Amino acid sequence: MQLVLERRPERSKSMLLLSPLLALLLTALVGGLIFLFRGLNPLAALYIYFVEPLTTLWSIEQLLVKAAPLILIGVGLSICYIANVWNIGAEGQFTAGAIFGGMWPVFFPEFQSFPVLPLMLLFGMLGGMLYGFIPAFLKNRFGANEILTSLMLVYVAGLSLDWLVRGPWRDPHGYNFPKSVTFEGWQILPTMGTTVHLGVVIAVAAALGLAFLLDRTIKGFEIRVLGSSPRAGSFAGFSRDRIVLFCFLLSGGLAGLAGICEVASTVGQLQPSISPGYGFTAIIVAFLGRLNPLGVIFAGLILALSYMGGEAAQVTLGISDKIAKVFQGILLFFILACDTFILYRLRLLPRRPAAELQPAE
Amino acid sequence: MAGSAKGSEMPSGSKKSKKQAPPKYLLEAINIDKNFGDLKANDQVSLRIEPGEIHALLGENGAGKSTLVKIIYGSLQPTSGEIRWMGRPVSISNPAVARKLGIGMVFQHFSLFEALTVAENIALAMPGDFDMQKLSQTIGRVSKTYGLPLNPDATVGDLSVGERQRIEIVRCLLQQPKLLIMDEPTAVLTPQEADQLFLTLRRLAKEGCAILYISHRLQEVKDLCHRATILRHGKVVAEADPRTETAASLARMMVGADIKVVRPAKARAGGKVKLAINRLGQPALGPFSVALHDIFLEVHEGELVAIAGVAGNGQAELFDALSGERTNPRSDAIVINGTKAGHLGVGARRKLGAAFVPEERLGHGAVANFVLSENVVLTRHNVEAGLIRSGLLDLTKAADVSARVSKDFDVRKPRPDPEARSLSGGNLQKFVVGREMDRRPSILLVNQPTWGVDAGASALIRQALVDLARQGSAVLVISQDLDEIFEIADRIAVLSRGELSPAYPASELTYEAVGLLMAGAHEKTKSSKGERHAISA
Repeated sequence: MQLVLERRPERSKSMLLLSPLLALLLTALVGGLIFLFRGLNPLAALYIYFVEPLTTLWSIEQLLVKAAPLILIGVGLSICYIANVWNIGAEGQFTAGAIFGGMWPVFFPEFQSFPVLPLMLLFGMLGGMLYGFIPAFLKNRFGANEILTSLMLVYVAGLSLDWLVRGPWRDPHGYNFPKSVTFEGWQILPTMGTTVHLGVVIAVAAALGLAFLLDRTIKGFEIRVLGSSPRAGSFAGFSRDRIVLFCFLLSGGLAGLAGICEVASTVGQLQPSISPGYGFTAIIVAFLGRLNPLGVIFAGLILALSYMGGEAAQVTLGISDKIAKVFQGILLFFILACDTFILYRLRLLPRRPAAELQPAE
Repeated sequence: MAGSAKGSEMPSGSKKSKKQAPPKYLLEAINIDKNFGDLKANDQVSLRIEPGEIHALLGENGAGKSTLVKIIYGSLQPTSGEIRWMGRPVSISNPAVARKLGIGMVFQHFSLFEALTVAENIALAMPGDFDMQKLSQTIGRVSKTYGLPLNPDATVGDLSVGERQRIEIVRCLLQQPKLLIMDEPTAVLTPQEADQLFLTLRRLAKEGCAILYISHRLQEVKDLCHRATILRHGKVVAEADPRTETAASLARMMVGADIKVVRPAKARAGGKVKLAINRLGQPALGPFSVALHDIFLEVHEGELVAIAGVAGNGQAELFDALSGERTNPRSDAIVINGTKAGHLGVGARRKLGAAFVPEERLGHGAVANFVLSENVVLTRHNVEAGLIRSGLLDLTKAADVSARVSKDFDVRKPRPDPEARSLSGGNLQKFVVGREMDRRPSILLVNQPTWGVDAGASALIRQALVDLARQGSAVLVISQDLDEIFEIADRIAVLSRGELSPAYPASELTYEAVGLLMAGAHEKTKSSKGERHAISA
């Protein structure tokens, strides 16, 4: 007997929905095994990791706050990936947004009236767009691979931020800690409840907006055509270069917005580390959400849960919160693997007779 | 039919006893059938190759040449029929088996790693272990013996197309084949490189290696080959000795003059020029692309002009240049309805009243995973009022258009608005042609309007093209199907190696004349010597 992958005539609609669920199930299974090898009761550990964070109001608010940047970045990346534009550098655009938006409180700590907040958000977005423009330009002008350029720029942004907060932007009254001034008053996003801030609303609004763009507008049509069939796209009169630029500006802008939202709320100032890898995790969010902006909302919540679970595991089980990264990696692996079944199915075949010469007579 | 095809000399195969040695034929393919669904790609095809002969396999695109060759090389299995190798029936289940028997093949498109050296590329194809040092020496020796100069240590990326082909040939020769299959080897070569190749092939044949030579360059076949098997519509229509035939008689066998339908031109003379192509030229984009030279053509209102020619002579490039998918720095190279349009993109040219139907239906003319109404938007988004309103799609409107096209052109589909890929080839082609016709374009360009389409759909599409022209539009059709061209065209021009002949009234042309033009009789630039001979043949 022989296992073969057989191409389906059409994409399977049910696998399209089942594949992420299957991936989640397999991730939980492998996660359970990991806990078992650490000498923990896998069921209890999985409960602490995945269920307990949902049992208090406070932790649900935390979940929304952590999901906000993931969703905001994830929807932008979804649009990119639909168009076959591979922006891997959202983490860098996130950082660039934080730096550009953070300029206002750093240079004008006394600027304490309503306009500073929209200005910060606007600059955050512009910063992300400018940073996204670089790989787009390099790709269109020189044919440079955007996966490499956008990824490398992540480290440039991270080190720039590091240098800024250790050097020129360091808070003069901060006891030499590598931190900028603390953002205050109008420089902080308004919150609802205790911790849920405006960024959550922005993230959901962005997802809804992009779902509309993709389905109902000619721009969305252009993105989908060029992503699935570049030749047909150029026959329709659409420009590949223009879409590469559009996607990078859009996803860069949204990542930048997520960056400034994060430093203007949870973090509250610029410091060497402002993100637990949201820009990279958002790649998983985009794929888990089927590159569908509405799906990304749910995927963002699930990945946010993995961060919460990591913290819970550290506190309650005494294992490193790096376990969150392990879970995220396993999840992406299984999503990509399970996606194979959308266009293929597994079949058991009787082994073919060995291919060889068969002289007759 | 003059210049008789020697179809009757085909032996029936059963006369020969299997025990008799040595066998007369190296390879016999007997009554091969190969069906793809309803399509009979090979229909009772028989082919016999003697040791040491250069045997041509002739036929238009789609005649079943590559299917037959793939069966011989083991990459396809016949639906029925028998293959004998040196008199013994064999089953060639995959290319490795074919190579083990002694069959080598040089493909039209090479499979080489550009970053590796010549020797490394060859080593990759060798079965079992090898000694790099010794292999390099062997390569040097073989390439010298057969006049295929190659430096084993050169990096493939630095080599010309001709040199790359030599690697593929040497790679085959190292396995000491008894039969070498060459698929359109001169398609990518300069005339000098082609001459060099012929020397090598003749030498190989003299040493007893048979060569199955696939080509549609008739003069070449006449010069080089000892025998020819000619395929049309999946059947063997003739076996001939090309040395005693003329290029014209070979062309006639290839395209089949017996189904000729000449249609009296009904076009009004002296209409306005709607589409003018003035000295259009452009360089080739890569080794498998064809440069266009100095193309001149005017298409008048009410007229249907057809461009004949064998595939790969610049049809795709001409289509892209006319549609605007590749723009031209000279704006007056293409004039659409009186407006200079050479520099304009495809959208702007559509706005001037032109419409285009490319050869490739899925992936070019339509997006496979989009539903039909979305595919309406694909080519009509900037020419159709109301389809897009302030950036928003009106999909109900698009669905209306899709329904109208489906009704007018009899597009049969499983659901009201299915994905394009779920339609059969003929139905999708009717949709893609109908989508453009529905606009009532004043200029319509169609590349291969009935390629791979069943007879009923073909007739419908051809009639629609003629009707559109009679209503006053200018219609330009690029086609390889001479029957189709003679059926619908008012004037005919022929494209060969990127050069376009003048357009002659269809009533003044014969199949022979078109066949000669297809072989390059009109070419002005320095072509291969062989092709120049075609004029006098």
